[in-house]
Order: sequence, then structure tokens, then C-alpha cells
Amino acid sequence: EGGPVPGDGAGPPAPERVLFPPTFSVSEIKNKQRRHFMFLRWKQQQRKEKLALKKKRRKEREALGDKAPPKAVPKTIENQRVYDETTVDPNDEEVAFDEATDEFAPYFNRQTVPKILITTSDRPRGRTVRFCEQLATVIPNSHVYYRRGLALKRIIPQCIARDFTDLIVINEDRKIPNGLVLSHLPDGPTAHFRMSSVRLRKEIKRKGKEPTEHVPEVILNNFTTRLGHSIGRMFAALFPHNPQFIGRQVATFHNQRDYIFFRFHRYIFKSEKKVGIQELGPRFTLKLRSLQKGTFDSKFGEYEWIHKRREMDRSRRKFHL
Amino acid sequence: MHSDDVVWSMLGNRQFCSYKMTTKTQNFCRNEYNLTGLCNRSSCPLANSQYATVREEKGRCYLYMKTIERAAFPRRLWERVLLSKNYEKALEEIDENLIYWPRFIRHKCKQRFTKITQYLIRIRKLTLKRQRKLVPLRRKIERRENRREEKALIAAQLDNAIEKELLERLKQDTYGDIYNFPIHAFDKALQQQEAESESESDAEREEEDEDDEDVDKREFVEAEDSELSDFEDMDKLETSSEEEQEEEEEVEKKASHSKWKGKTPLKGPARRKRPYIEIEYEEETEPSTKTKTA
Repeated sequence: EGGPVPGDGAGPPAPERVLFPPTFSVSEIKNKQRRHFMFLRWKQQQRKEKLALKKKRRKEREALGDKAPPKAVPKTIENQRVYDETTVDPNDEEVAFDEATDEFAPYFNRQTVPKILITTSDRPRGRTVRFCEQLATVIPNSHVYYRRGLALKRIIPQCIARDFTDLIVINEDRKIPNGLVLSHLPDGPTAHFRMSSVRLRKEIKRKGKEPTEHVPEVILNNFTTRLGHSIGRMFAALFPHNPQFIGRQVATFHNQRDYIFFRFHRYIFKSEKKVGIQELGPRFTLKLRSLQKGTFDSKFGEYEWIHKRREMDRSRRKFHL
Repeated sequence: MHSDDVVWSMLGNRQFCSYKMTTKTQNFCRNEYNLTGLCNRSSCPLANSQYATVREEKGRCYLYMKTIERAAFPRRLWERVLLSKNYEKALEEIDENLIYWPRFIRHKCKQRFTKITQYLIRIRKLTLKRQRKLVPLRRKIERRENRREEKALIAAQLDNAIEKELLERLKQDTYGDIYNFPIHAFDKALQQQEAESESESDAEREEEDEDDEDVDKREFVEAEDSELSDFEDMDKLETSSEEEQEEEEEVEKKASHSKWKGKTPLKGPARRKRPYIEIEYEEETEPSTKTKTA
């Protein structure tokens, strides 16, 4: 404590310490009403101080005029995203080499034409059936077949024999589609997604007509990491390579915070700086659950990536796609 | 036997039986040893001292029998006989064991046994097929994911992103010749040309001023040369300005009539950039070189 210890005359004087009076915090009041009241009052005070601070800062900024420091960029989740070391650099040679030799190489070299089989889980209900039909109009060269109790493992060799390149299985629960399995067929990767926010064509507020038979363009946004890249290629491989611009249709897969939003629009260029878009077609959201190396095999498949909730959902700023 | 009737009159009709379940049309019996499942005088295991049932355990069927002799020993009351896996043999075994028993019980036992074997077969067939794996949803996690999806949707600003991407593609000319907007490359080329022409025109202006002066002066000094030079300059000026004026006209017109895609040439008022030259020019059809730059 302050002052030299008595009896120790030879020691150096200890530095003086400031003694604070005992404060009390709002949480120590026992009476709930009063405590609440005091808390509100404290909160108001904080708000006032904050407002005063803001005003002061704004005045300073105006006073400085041009010399004022630039405004601070607000932090968003995208800004604060934890850097993922598997982010793909566009000039990365290794990635380019990988992509030239992976399962999608024949598609990107224009050797194969995509042909898609869309099916559901057993006994689909009306909503799922209608969704499958609409999806089939969106994706060109796709066929819908009903699964009457057939095992996927037995369907797959038949599909390969009939030259299908992709298989989409829409899983249904309680009369709404809630899962999607996308499998690239000749021994390609299988991705399992959780599907949500499915809106059929009549539920979308729009005044447009049905999608035509033209091949749509594809937009893939924000697939940055290695995993995202491969998923993006999977989606791209669903659509034929030569979009028919006359049709003016575009299918978008937009990745934001690990949620992939699918939209299907018709666009029209009103001028060189303005474009109008009109949503047709179904819309849905996907979240990747697992990516498997070979075709669909739940027991013996080799999983490239599984969403492990405990490990991967810990940080709010860490995304994988 | 005598007590059976008493038991039945108590349980069946008047008093409470805990195994009895009443519905609008029927009474059911929940007793596990009941043969038919209904609450009847002949089906009640409590009200019949001589009774038999067939029950299955872990895929094997057993015949349970109850006789009056053992009515005093509840622990030994039900005698259990394992039935063979073979259907016909099992039926014979039932017949053997219930040989002098009332016809009703024998018949109902065989019926019950048949039904049980049928559903066991069905179970075995179904397990060979694909099983539906039920994964329980965790409410907290579902809620969390839905909320995050909403926020991601708001952050995504999909319409803007799509529009931006489409405009980018337009700029990079992936659409080729479909859209006849003066694309930015064309704009740039135009600006370049304008810059060149301005520098030209500046030079020409100077020249022309000089020429004018010279013309005034030349009248006194060299008349023939000035005429030639004037005419040459005038020609150059005429053609370049004509081109520029036509291009500008196109640009202006296209900027103003933005919805019109410019398939047919517009005929509009002539605009003049440089008032000091009056030129009458002819409206040509759009030369093919101009619209397809870059």
C-alpha cells in the first residue's frame, strides 16, 4: 500500500497508488424491477455517449473537408472471412493441371454432351413431382424417370450404358423436396446437398412465360476454394457447352457463405448499361453436405469432403466453398 | 368351468377390465395372449380356463397352451411349444397339440399362425430391399441454418450480381453481333477517332486560318496555288467531317432511342459540330465497316 513500510527506513519510497472508491455495478441490485430500471438508464446513457461521439466525429470530418481520412469500410462477414488456404488462384498451374485431368475434362474438351437423368426417392408427392418436371425444363437434354423402388446402385450401370452423363436424385421428406444428390456418371464425383427454399414456378411472383427450349447460359459466382471450384465444375457440366444467346436465358448458381442459390432468369438488354431480368423457372438453395469420389455408394464410397458439424460450424467466419 | 362364466360376467359386461379397449364399433382386448384380439366370451384368455395362442418371438413361432390343471400355478400356467419352421409341419404340430380341443381355438390358432408367418416373410423381404435411413433433424440446427440462409440471401444481392455479370459479358463481347448497342470498345474506338480528328481539325483550323489569311494575301501574290490548296483542304475536311458527323449522329441517335436496336438506318436531322463549315452531305446507307469495329 502507499508509503514506505514502517520499520523499513532504508527502503525506497513505494510509488503512490490511487485508491478507487468501491463502485457498484447494476447487476448487484437484488430487486428485479429496480435493476431493470437502472440498466435501462445505463443503456440510455451509453447511447447518448455514442451519439455524441458520432456527432463529434462527423464535425471533425466536415471541418477537415478534403483532408479528412477516408471513411472506414464497415466490416462484413465476407470481409472478415477466415482465409482459406485452398482458395484457388486463377493462375495456379497445379489447379489448371488438375482440372485438365479430372473427371470433367471430357466435358470441358467438348467430347461429351450432357444428358441428365432426374429422379426422386420412393413414392414422390405432388410437389416433388412438379419440381422435377420444372427442373427438367430448365436443364436441357434431361429426362425424368420415376423410381419405383429401384436401387440406385442398379440404376447407375444402366444409365452409363445408355449414355447418361449425370444423375440427379431429389430426396423428399414430408411432401417437400429437401435433398439433392448429383452424381456425374462415368465414375464421377457425387455431391450430396441439402435443399431448401424450393419455389415452384407458380409461386414466384413474376409475369413471365415458360422457359423455352433454348440452351441457357450459366453463371457461377463466388466459387473460390478448391472444393468450390470442383462443385462449380459439376454444375457447369450439367449444361451444354454452347449457350443459345437468342434464348436470352441464364441459369445462375451463386455461392454465398456456403449456400448455393439457384435462379433461372430471362434477361433483356435495355441499353449497354442496363439489363432487365425476369425470373422464370424454379428456384432453390443448396448446401453441400458431402462430396464423394466415385459414384453413389453410401457404404464403401470414398468421401472427399463431409460436412462435420462440430468442427466446421464453430466459426462464423469460416466457409468452405 | 363354472368360474369362467362368473369371470366373464364380471369383466366382460359389468365391471372394469384393464385389457379392454372400446371403440365405436367394436371392443378389443389388449391381452398379449389373446387369440383374436377382440373382446369376446370365447376369446378372452381370462374367462377361458382352457385356452391356446400362437405368438412369435424373434422370428420363431410358439404355441402357448393353458389348462385348468395349472390354473393354481400362474408361473407354470402357459405351456410353450416351439413350432417348426416348415409351414405345413407346424400346422400339423398345432393339430397334434390341440387334438381334443374345441374347434374354435384350433381354427383360430392356425389362422393366427398363418398370418404371423406371412408377416415374417414380408419383414425378411423388406430387409433385403433398401432401408430408409431416418436421420433425426435437430431443431436448433435447422433453425440456425435457416436463419443463416436468409442472411446469406440478403448479402448475396442476387439480382445485382446477375445483372453485373451479364453486363460484364456484354462488355467482353461474348454475345457477338446480336446486340447492336455501341459497345464500349466501339465507344473507345470512336473516342480515339474523335481525338484524332480533333487534333486534325485543330491543325486544319490553323491551316485554314492561315489559308484564309493567305487567301486574302494570296490574292495579291499567288492566286492559282491558293485555289488548289484550298480545294484540297476543303475536300479532306469535307470527307472527314462527314464521316464524323454521321458517326456522331448514329451515336447520339442510338443513345436517345435506346430501345430501338438499330436495324434500319434512321434518318434524322443533321447535326453540325463545326458551324464554320457548311457542308451538304448525302445520307448514305450505313457502311458495313463502321458498325462492326472491335
